[in-house]
Amino acid sequence: MKDDLKGIGTSGEAGRGSRATSPSKAARSLAGPAKKAAPKKATAKVAATEPSTATKATATKASATKATATKASATKATATKAAQPKAAPPKKSVPKKAAAPKAKAAGAKKAATESPNRERHLHSVPDDEQKTDETPKEATSGLDPDDVAAAFAEGAKRLLGTDWSVRIANLASALRRRASGEYEVDEFGLDPEMHDLFNSMIEPVAESWFRLQVRGIENIPADGGALLVANHSGTVPVDGLITGYAVMKHTGRPIRPLGADLVFKLPYVGQIARKMGATLACAEDAERLLASGELAAVWPEGFKGVGKPFSERYKLQRFGRGGFVSAAMRAQVPIIPVSIVGAEEIYPLIGNIPSLARLFGLPYLPITPFFPLLGPLGLIPLPSKWIIEFGEPVRTDAYPPEAADDPMLLFNVTDQVRETIQQTLYNLLVERGNPFV
Amino acid sequence: MSEVVLVTGAATPGVALAARRLAETAGVRVVAVDTTLPEDDLGPAKFVRADIRTPVISKVLAVEGVNTVLHMDLAPMRPRGTGSATKEINVIGTMQVLGACQRSDTVSRVVMMSSSAVYGTSPRDPAVFKESATARGGTKSGFAKDVVEVEAYARGFARRRPDICVTTLRMAQCVSPHFSSPLGLYFSNPVLPVPMGFDARLQLVHPEDAYAVVEKAATNDIPGTFNVGGDGVLMLTQAARMLGKPTLPLLPIGFGSVLHRAASFMGTDLTPGVHRLLTYGRIMDTSALREIFGYTPKFSTRETFEWYAETLRPGLFQTLGVTK
Repeated sequence: MKDDLKGIGTSGEAGRGSRATSPSKAARSLAGPAKKAAPKKATAKVAATEPSTATKATATKASATKATATKASATKATATKAAQPKAAPPKKSVPKKAAAPKAKAAGAKKAATESPNRERHLHSVPDDEQKTDETPKEATSGLDPDDVAAAFAEGAKRLLGTDWSVRIANLASALRRRASGEYEVDEFGLDPEMHDLFNSMIEPVAESWFRLQVRGIENIPADGGALLVANHSGTVPVDGLITGYAVMKHTGRPIRPLGADLVFKLPYVGQIARKMGATLACAEDAERLLASGELAAVWPEGFKGVGKPFSERYKLQRFGRGGFVSAAMRAQVPIIPVSIVGAEEIYPLIGNIPSLARLFGLPYLPITPFFPLLGPLGLIPLPSKWIIEFGEPVRTDAYPPEAADDPMLLFNVTDQVRETIQQTLYNLLVERGNPFV
Repeated sequence: MSEVVLVTGAATPGVALAARRLAETAGVRVVAVDTTLPEDDLGPAKFVRADIRTPVISKVLAVEGVNTVLHMDLAPMRPRGTGSATKEINVIGTMQVLGACQRSDTVSRVVMMSSSAVYGTSPRDPAVFKESATARGGTKSGFAKDVVEVEAYARGFARRRPDICVTTLRMAQCVSPHFSSPLGLYFSNPVLPVPMGFDARLQLVHPEDAYAVVEKAATNDIPGTFNVGGDGVLMLTQAARMLGKPTLPLLPIGFGSVLHRAASFMGTDLTPGVHRLLTYGRIMDTSALREIFGYTPKFSTRETFEWYAETLRPGLFQTLGVTK
């Protein structure tokens, strides 16, 4: 029965194949009279069919009825599996055909009622007069559009849940709305929908790859402006993205990173940065954001921090010129020190090519243990463990706004924030231990 | 005797409409000057053919007894003019007009129609320009350079004649179906070339708002510099999608020249320098306009663009029904 089902000679000429899947002599003899028939291995064939039911054994090509064929289709899955190692290459079309009804059987009953026709169809194939070259066409022509639709529906249901049609309709309408330009961006260019989309792309990286741990989230005010001040590291400023993700996840507020002008000079980088809510690190934008009650975020070390060699990891560089403190004082918002552990290890910077960097107008051109060596593979960040700790807010509303013009005070507050971050970094490092465990 | 307002640059796109509106609604006598007749109807406004690049303008001031000079002859491009002619009118014309005003006994108010181009456009720009901001790049050539120089002359003039009220209006980009403007020309193309990897933030002003602001400045003494623009932001790609027009991303390097070639292939002459605006964009803060000048724009940037988009041919995607 199984041999019949396989439709010998349905794909390719009989007798071809590797050693592992070499067809039996019996199969070759069945495939065509031109081949020399040697029924030496016929017994092995029978042995393979034995595990199948008695119905199958008795069923012959001529006497195959609808009832037996239906039964056979039920057991076919196991039977073909058993015969798989010995299956002749011409039989290969059978698992393919079997797979389609199998998928349908899980979802729709309709497939089961259709299978008798299919069986009969198969039976007609292995007649001795059948030419082999026209059979591959039949293997695909057996795909019914209804079956394909049912299989698609089943797949969609598994992937998206039972309300898959609603979700697909929603997605299509959202795409059409975007394509019609019906969305709002704020004056800095933040596009809330794109922001959510990028954040959902960052999520698996942050949670699974970097195993992000967030602490002190209660220090971020639920509303009103605040200035997050963080250490910068990692050769590529990934820490900004991850911090933004962490704050969004735990407080539901988007952070507004303040970036260097290089970010906005680079194509795509600047565009995406603006859509994510970033803007240029300048006093005007910082004060405007803070005055409107946003969570601005700065990395005052800048390129000195992000591009420092691996040997100097977690050593804070100079915190700019303290401009962030004066912006926070003018806006009378708290400064929240943010300590990020883990970013230093993602791309250990062990070298630099200043001449090439100058050529491209970049502040540095990094060499990491993997980057130029492995090509694009070297761009995959190492899976270090990340801890982000939001420290106690440094109040600035105790000072009058005019204090923003007092350089001595600015330096003091800058140092206070810097020291806080540095101490927290040391504590977190001790606690974390091996970055890759 | 009623007030007399002199409007320069009557043939500049959009100015004739402003002059006519001023003459019809503000109850002032309007004298419009230019070297060529404007295409639009001036209505009750009187047209005087005079070249503002020559001292003849001071005679016009004296003969007509002008009280208010509304200098609107600043344009990024003339319909039939080369770059040097444009510069001549923008810069030399302004010098002559201000020189004439300085010697005039009747003039008590000067309104400069400047442009947001004075802020330049560069990646080093703050996201939102206040009036106190200075250009950080993009004002080395072309119209932006002219505007920077012209505003410097206006400041010098205000120092020399402190008794004259000088109002400078920095207008955002204007789009209108009634006259051509740099962005209006750009958006009229069937395919919109955009710089690859950049998405400019654009700010527009509705002509209605612009006329209302000009009218208020021409009839009231409100010295100072004010940004004039609609609320909100429109991204360049968003604008293209609203029009249903396909965008053609081009390399940012050499975008300007390729953009102009592509546009002239499609039958439009773009304003030189518009490519920088399309790359980096520019947004102005209009809080001074509301709080000090006392005018709140009626139309947001988005409303202005929707109003303009209705008058354009539907884009390809709209025709195909892909977008709304």
